[in-house]
Amino acid sequence: MSATGIGASVKRKEDFRFITGRGNYTDDVNRYGQTHAYFLRSPHAHATIDGIDYAEALKMPGVVAIFTGKDLADDKIGGLICGWSITSKDGSPMKAGAHPALAQGKVRYVGDHVAVIIADTYAQARTAAEHVNVKYGVLPANADTASAMKSAPLHDVASDNRVYDWHLGDKGATEAAFAKAKHITKLDIVNNRLVPNPMEPRAAVGEYEQGTETFCLHTTSQNPHVARLVLSAFIGIAPEHKLRVIAPDVGGGFGSKIFIYAEETVCVWASKKVGRPVKWTSDRTEAFLSDAHGRDHVTHAELAMDANNKIIGLRVHTTANLGAYLSTFSSAVPTYLYAPLLSGQYNIPAIYAEVDGVYTNTAPVDAYRGAGRPEATFVIERLVEVAARELGVDPAVFRQGNYVTQFPHQTPVIFCYDGGDYNASMLKALEMADYKGISARKAASAAKGKLRGIGFSSYIEACGIAPSAAVGSLGAGVGLWESAEVRVNPVGTVEVLTGSHSHGQGHETTFAQLVSGRLGIPIENVSIVHGDTDKVQMGMGTYGSRSGAVGMSAISKALDKIEAKAKKVAGYVLEAAEGDIEFKDGKFTVKGTDKSVDFGSVALQAYVAHKFSGQDLEPGLKEGAFYDPTNFTFPAGVHICEVEIDPDTGVTKIERWTAVDDFGVIINPMIVEGQVHGGIAQGIGQALLEGAIYDKDGQLLTASFMDYAMPRADDLPSYNVGMTETRCPSNPLGIKGCGEAGCIAAPPAVINAITDALGHENIAMPATPQAVWRAAQQTMKKLAAE
Amino acid sequence: MYEFEYHHPGSVENAAKLLSTLPEAKLLAGGHTLLPTMKQRLAAPKHIVDMRSIRELHGIHVKDGHLVIGAMTTHSHVAESALVNSHLPSLAALAAGIGDPHVRRRGTIGGSVANNDPAADYPSAVLALNATIVTNQREIKADAFFTGMFETALKEGEIITHFVFPTGIKGAYAKFPNPASRYAMVGVFVARHGADVRVAVTGAGANGVFRANALEAALKGDFSPKALDGKGVSADDLNTDMHADAAYRAHLITVMAKRAVTAAQ
Repeated sequence: MSATGIGASVKRKEDFRFITGRGNYTDDVNRYGQTHAYFLRSPHAHATIDGIDYAEALKMPGVVAIFTGKDLADDKIGGLICGWSITSKDGSPMKAGAHPALAQGKVRYVGDHVAVIIADTYAQARTAAEHVNVKYGVLPANADTASAMKSAPLHDVASDNRVYDWHLGDKGATEAAFAKAKHITKLDIVNNRLVPNPMEPRAAVGEYEQGTETFCLHTTSQNPHVARLVLSAFIGIAPEHKLRVIAPDVGGGFGSKIFIYAEETVCVWASKKVGRPVKWTSDRTEAFLSDAHGRDHVTHAELAMDANNKIIGLRVHTTANLGAYLSTFSSAVPTYLYAPLLSGQYNIPAIYAEVDGVYTNTAPVDAYRGAGRPEATFVIERLVEVAARELGVDPAVFRQGNYVTQFPHQTPVIFCYDGGDYNASMLKALEMADYKGISARKAASAAKGKLRGIGFSSYIEACGIAPSAAVGSLGAGVGLWESAEVRVNPVGTVEVLTGSHSHGQGHETTFAQLVSGRLGIPIENVSIVHGDTDKVQMGMGTYGSRSGAVGMSAISKALDKIEAKAKKVAGYVLEAAEGDIEFKDGKFTVKGTDKSVDFGSVALQAYVAHKFSGQDLEPGLKEGAFYDPTNFTFPAGVHICEVEIDPDTGVTKIERWTAVDDFGVIINPMIVEGQVHGGIAQGIGQALLEGAIYDKDGQLLTASFMDYAMPRADDLPSYNVGMTETRCPSNPLGIKGCGEAGCIAAPPAVINAITDALGHENIAMPATPQAVWRAAQQTMKKLAAE
Repeated sequence: MYEFEYHHPGSVENAAKLLSTLPEAKLLAGGHTLLPTMKQRLAAPKHIVDMRSIRELHGIHVKDGHLVIGAMTTHSHVAESALVNSHLPSLAALAAGIGDPHVRRRGTIGGSVANNDPAADYPSAVLALNATIVTNQREIKADAFFTGMFETALKEGEIITHFVFPTGIKGAYAKFPNPASRYAMVGVFVARHGADVRVAVTGAGANGVFRANALEAALKGDFSPKALDGKGVSADDLNTDMHADAAYRAHLITVMAKRAVTAAQ
């Protein structure tokens, strides 16, 4: 291993500019003559728009223009799309209601976009918005997931508010398994709705250059090429070659910046209308109201066991709240990103899952860190924990008895697990967590009047999404390959153009490590270019822990081509046959001799082309590659959470956290550990603190940090993080992905620990002090009676 | 935020003059309530009278065995003051627990008490420690000052100049923070004034800070956590919100009172 190659904890190259305030975010972009957009949003969760009078507002100081949905329609600008088509049980396509960027005739959630006011300053636009008179006809609204199908319809295409009723698995085989079960464990589960809250809110600067008739959109995107594709091919802003999308430094996304939203669309469209750049930066309230939320499932799940405590069947019914409109990939999250994960790490011969996707008068729900996989993991990991308790079996032993141990393993729900060693992670985690000492620690807590509990989460996730033909067959509108171009400069420095996008992941470091190690050049000589559709070839962006497994595999493939070409050049330089050239540690050597030439000299020779004929070999050293994965990757691991509850206040303190993860080959252990820490923090946030709450009229009660509890440093424990490593057999680098593991693993570990402490299962997420206090009263009453 | 005119008088007299002559003028102390409200356009004062430049309103000294704290003294100044730490350590401890370091360097005792946010920490100290609120017009006893949620005895144009706290009082403040905002969801300040005991509760009351008479009575006889067993505050006049209903708040009042009594021993 070189000091900066794969496996080295290289400090993040990008951090100096971030921590010294020299990052370049979308809001840092200012253009000559730019205007500012303010979006007038619906105060009602469900209403007809019976009239918009903005004559007075148009006369307000600084106002440049006011547009409504009618203007978009007049310009033949299409609505926002959902790019994954889901088919119901009866074969009918999902019922996608129209999703105009500015409302046309109706608003469907609080925060829905009614009009845009464009002015010289933001304050002027906002003040003018107060003088826009909108006549609303208020309709009955519903924000509740479980009652959505009985509520007033949002879209004409779905009179029962059901987007699809989808299923996966073998119903007959599953019913048969349950019929012969010795024990059945049943659970009702609510997976709480979350607000993504990246540190940087969304922003956009749209520009139109009249001379070249081209648009440019700076925006906070995780996938600028996909944004360009959608804005161009579906929404109709401009053809792709006339539309440049730039996602500069992006301050966190967690999924919420994958999607193509109304505001970005309107800014770029309006820049041509007003003939000036149009800028919008979301404030925090707007982010709460209009960023796509995550999770929000209501589930009933049952697990069947035979007489030997072997799991023989699993059946699940989930109602998934998709919000008021279908966001870009929302339909896939509670279906193909969810149900195939229900098998967990277990050998379950029969699984049947049904999912109703429903409309409600809430912000659209789409992928949020983990996206479907945390929801599935919560279902299966709660079920196995409760099953073990009901059967009187140690929950670790119960899991171990049901682990998949032979690979490849075909589950009954699509996935073929390609490799792993689940018990190795469990054994290591049990050791690190001092599981043997838990009884003594529980007794010590009890002596202080506290309740201590321990909880497991043996999670699996599917990352590295995904083989394009496979996702295509499941309804995806895009392929999920990744692209790379490696440009070697004549002096031997290297630029890598990647279709991935970094918004906190550290690609500028990890991708450079791959190149530095592979070409034997200093890491400073490598720069990573991403986020600009004019610079970088088409790419698919970053989400679903795919940039290592897919993005770096594309770079690796391009590096193979670079090496092959460079060997040819070296052959000419060293006057040896190409086949006799070996490349190691940045040097080309003629096999069995001391004749060698370094990488930089070969690069120069490739460009001066003095040693070979241009007819025999093309000058230059630049190669591109597209890598389409052969399978999903399957990171897995065991997290163990230990809590102590104060029954007087209901405060849950996480005393210990053990995480043992198998991410395959690790590029940068420091960055991976950081990803694990951040993921667990988000998972603990979901389990203990976070929850978006709408009232019965569809008003978002948790629309600021005053009411929406984000995890803070003192809510979190110190993490004890360990690794096991089984190489991923499905990509050249052996990488599985690590970006989402923590937030997938954490919630069931926390709730399993709390319910262990309480001695009953009556607690939902978020397990706030008030909820835990109530639940602990039950426990204390029972203990007093004993 | 709407446009406004900014004033920064150098004396209380000038501040009072501005306040009485300018239309829709607002005093700015630390600004932690006013500025966010203005940014959200929920408040739109035409004139802001910033008190920061009024030197006489800053600082802490001891006079006639009393601790005198200027209205514009920041939370961090109170928390770190040697005088407060030696004469009234419970007050220093409370100040050290307000908000976060940024808030404590900006927020002021005068601003907090004048605003009387039902979830603020300081009102409980002023009430339990039986401080006197001194304004540019008069002196007001703590028991007469807090009149309801965001309501005080201050009249139009009246400006708090300083607070006078009795010293040498055994006391402590125990706070249960709101998980989201970290404001007090329940905060209980217990103070032992010789034979008398005063217990002030913030964060919980539907009408803002209040004295818990039942707890005071129990502690007068026996200043120990045990004395509070089975004692409590009725849930009837307590707040219910998504973070805590009235019954939970009522329960927490007793728990926090016990913890404060333990800390005050």
